[in-house]
Amino acid sequence: MDTNQPTMSINGTMVTFTPGQTILEVAWERGIDIPTLCYLKDASPTGACRICLVEVKGARTLVASCAMPAGPGMEVTTDSPEVHRSRRLNIELLLASGNHNCLTCEKNGECKLQDLAYAYGIKEIRFQGQTQQYPKDDSNPLITRDFSRCILCGRCVQACNDLQVNRAIGYGYRGAASKIVTTGDRPYQESDCVFCGQCVEACPVGALTEKKAKGLARSWETKKVRTTCPYCGVGCQMWLHVKAGRIVKVTAVEDAQPNRGMLCVKGRFGYDFVHSPERLTTPLIKGEDGQHHPATWDQALDLVATRLKQIKKKHGANAIAGVSCARSINEDSYNMQKLFRAAIGTNNIDHCARVCHAPTVAGLAASFGSGAMTNSFADFDKARLIFVIGSNITEAHPVAGALVKRAVAKGAQLIVADPRFTGIAESAHIYVPIKVGSDVAFINGLMNVIISEGLQDQAYIDRCTTGYADLVAKVAEYPPSKAARIAGIGVDLLRETARKLASVKPAMLVYTLGITEHTCGVNNVRSTANLQMLLGNVGFECGGVNPLRGQNNVQGACDMGALPGDYPGYQKVENPAARHKFEEAWGVKMPRKNGLMIPQMFEGIEQGEIKALWVFGENLANTEPDIRHVEHCLKSVEFLICNDIFPTETTRFADVIFPAAAWSEDDGTFANSERRVQRVRKAVEPPGQAKPNWWIFREVAGRLGQEWKSKSGQDIWDKEVSELAPLFKGIKYSRLENDGLQWPCPDKNHPGTACMHKEGRFTCGLGNFEALDWTPPAEVPDKKYPLVLSTGRRLYHYHTRTQTGRCGGLNDLLGQETADISLADAAELGVADGDMVRVSSRRGQVMVKARVTRQVPKGLVWMAFHFREGNANWLTNPVYDPISLTAEYKACAVRVEKA
Amino acid sequence: MSVAQDISKQMPEDVTPEMLAQLDDICQKYRGKPGGLIPVLQQVQGVVGYLPVAVQDRISQKLGVPGHEVFGVTTFYSFFSMTPKGRHTVRVCMGTACYVRGGKEVLDRLERHLDIPVDSTTPDRRFTLEQVRCLGACGVAPVVVVDQDTHRKVMADTAVDLVERYQ
Ligand code: SF4
Ligand code: SF4
Ligand code: SF4
Ligand code: FES
Ligand code: FES
Repeated sequence: MDTNQPTMSINGTMVTFTPGQTILEVAWERGIDIPTLCYLKDASPTGACRICLVEVKGARTLVASCAMPAGPGMEVTTDSPEVHRSRRLNIELLLASGNHNCLTCEKNGECKLQDLAYAYGIKEIRFQGQTQQYPKDDSNPLITRDFSRCILCGRCVQACNDLQVNRAIGYGYRGAASKIVTTGDRPYQESDCVFCGQCVEACPVGALTEKKAKGLARSWETKKVRTTCPYCGVGCQMWLHVKAGRIVKVTAVEDAQPNRGMLCVKGRFGYDFVHSPERLTTPLIKGEDGQHHPATWDQALDLVATRLKQIKKKHGANAIAGVSCARSINEDSYNMQKLFRAAIGTNNIDHCARVCHAPTVAGLAASFGSGAMTNSFADFDKARLIFVIGSNITEAHPVAGALVKRAVAKGAQLIVADPRFTGIAESAHIYVPIKVGSDVAFINGLMNVIISEGLQDQAYIDRCTTGYADLVAKVAEYPPSKAARIAGIGVDLLRETARKLASVKPAMLVYTLGITEHTCGVNNVRSTANLQMLLGNVGFECGGVNPLRGQNNVQGACDMGALPGDYPGYQKVENPAARHKFEEAWGVKMPRKNGLMIPQMFEGIEQGEIKALWVFGENLANTEPDIRHVEHCLKSVEFLICNDIFPTETTRFADVIFPAAAWSEDDGTFANSERRVQRVRKAVEPPGQAKPNWWIFREVAGRLGQEWKSKSGQDIWDKEVSELAPLFKGIKYSRLENDGLQWPCPDKNHPGTACMHKEGRFTCGLGNFEALDWTPPAEVPDKKYPLVLSTGRRLYHYHTRTQTGRCGGLNDLLGQETADISLADAAELGVADGDMVRVSSRRGQVMVKARVTRQVPKGLVWMAFHFREGNANWLTNPVYDPISLTAEYKACAVRVEKA
Repeated sequence: MSVAQDISKQMPEDVTPEMLAQLDDICQKYRGKPGGLIPVLQQVQGVVGYLPVAVQDRISQKLGVPGHEVFGVTTFYSFFSMTPKGRHTVRVCMGTACYVRGGKEVLDRLERHLDIPVDSTTPDRRFTLEQVRCLGACGVAPVVVVDQDTHRKVMADTAVDLVERYQ
């Protein structure tokens, strides 16, 4: 027993405790059972239900153990006739408070009240049940609220306010009329609710239930399979509830990293696409008639192998190019790049990181020696100062957004820089409305202030970095007046922001595509690195530079070498030693030169150099800038192969379509944004003849003369990936059962790396400052196209909606694209909220509904690319960052007219 | 305020821009101060006369307090009202004694005369008509209270003349 720790007694046994713990926490830690109803971990206790009552010697009444801090010398009895009687009475009163007819309740079998009634031997309801005054609220597509079953325990309120920090619901009215309400007691859809469903997860009884799961399964009939969310790069851990080959419901894994029991609307409600009747179930081959006809696997695989051989023979291997998938498992991407490199003989393999975080991979690698997020989500709610720039975190990475809001609730400072007043900006202490594409100038201005006021961390700079003198000289060219002018903000705000940043150490920087999707994307990324090194913030918990990766496995697709210049684990194609290693492992000679990036592939198609394109899981026809041009390329390439789970705008052009197993139909791994390799598990069978993607690539490799040994995701990872890439050497499936492992993980005893570049010891030795000049976006507003168009993602959908568009409820929450414009521009154009407008650019035009919002400043139009109709990519500009070839999705010039 | 909801719900026409400016000033004074919500609601009700949901939305935004909390506090305390109050409040007792001696008829007649249902306010904001429980004056039932004045033994016919005395 640690003698410094205070002690108390529970049921006659002396125990130690940590000051601040409640009696309940101390008891639970010792395995002593105290029942609870309203207690919710990580939330402040409410003491509402009085089920957790215990006796404390000397206290006049029984005490709610969940709310009472443990004290030295306390003598607690957790069960006594008195305690038992009180608990029993409280349970009876709760049962009587509404309609608790378990037979008709969705929660039957997993209801805490039902369990307690059973445990306390309650056989019948003694008190007369009240008739309920409030009707069931069934008005939204996802959550049913049945007031007749609500025991007013308040867990939903805590889940919404304390865990997710959405602050949508609370207590309303008083006495017998009390009720859980939204603002104004409006229906959920008209409230601040964002349908994360955390309240449903928290409800101990049947008052809140998932509408989509209604009537599908009783809790004891389902099998629970743990897996990783298929949407954003947070990589939330979830349970799939499976009955008779179908996923009937999704809940969060409690206490798991990185999401700690939270999910967002997409993760919790976006599962049913896998059971859509529109799934591809057989291989398809395009006939003479231009239509797709069902074929056998052998026919389709043979055709692909034959055509690839012909094309290679006639035009060389470099006439073939492939785009891998950032949503599929690592093992799929690994096999695809292996197919291209080892069996076809080209490095023309890339994936959609090109359109999002390629500048991160290139930029951070140049600055720090590794192109990934430096810190962990576990730091987010512990940080004391967070600087969010170019990240619509509450919509694009909602659970990470919740962690940031939790940090703020606990007293952290938050600075948000974004052209739009986004959801997270509402929580900011300082909001900086920078102009689209002004990031380098803005950050140079910040550094100018920091240096001229002597606020930089000189010791860190001297010890850990190089290139400082050049940086100082460069930022001297960006005095506050100039930087503020370019960024469109006030000089005082710039100064205030710089001082605030320097006032807390370490401070955490978080960014997303607002930084990368520019012609100067790499420079933007390097600017964030400059700033954080200047402040001595890299290499510490709750510090660092933290890009949030967009897709669930875009980190993994990069890790696996679905990049034209990288083998798995970022071993360089142009490094002869690395090449020899892979040549030996794969038993073939391989090309020495880097392959093509996606935009170069399209260029190659136009110029007739690329004859075959293999598109794995990407819907390029909607996601690349300038749809018209992309479709022209897809149409004109000689041979197009697609793997997909659905017919898409892209598969229309395919010569062969392979039907693929989807998420939850195959075993494998994803890597989330914080470099955590996590298991993805098979829960249901693929429909029809759909097959795992790694199997498809392996079959084609076989027909090209290569026998690959690995016959499962686990084989591929354990025997190939982790053997060939030192970053993953210590990661094996057997170690991934629970929370996964964060790379670098060099050996099998290594615990993984939560924080990179520890204490400023950079992967590349010294951190590299880079002196950078600001460059404006390629296309700026003019007379003809006077507004700036910027694009991004919305909460309720994901990419081109191939998945979310086929999930019940999500389409009801957001059924069409809108063009978001400011109140000022709307007034000028005579456009009201909901009016149709025509948005046009030099590339094309779309008709779309206007959404007039104070989120958007004057001069800006904001759109997404979720819907084919009104897709922003009819308008976006195919101009690229010179290093990463990432397109400028965040800025082009448009005109808006009332339609 | 989040994704779905952006433009505030329609502000009732009787809430003037001047009132909103005052509301903003009041919120400014209390922003960031713990326990500020109740005094803000009191003062705003003083200015606007009542607290419709659109006004609550604005308070939530300006004060930085979640909207559900504003609503929760407004509906918890009986001295906050979400419906507009008239210049005069007419309370008709519906306690047992008053009820049996004609209180119900009094209420019915006033509803017809003022052309509004009980617990609401005339469009010209002259009267708010309410019903109350026993006022402890059963000896002189039926009882009608207008503002601070208690009127005894009111009958349906006299009730109309009675309220018409209040401009
Ligand atoms: S779904 Fe989420 S945001 Fe909506 S009320 Fe429940 S917890 Fe709050
Ligand atoms: S809805 Fe559920 S969680 Fe919320 S107060 Fe009622 S019983 Fe508790
Ligand atoms: S935050 Fe991202 S990973 Fe988590 S549930 Fe939502 S979409 Fe899935
Ligand atoms: S669990 Fe302690 S009062 Fe409800
Ligand atoms: S019943 Fe009306 S005053 Fe008593």
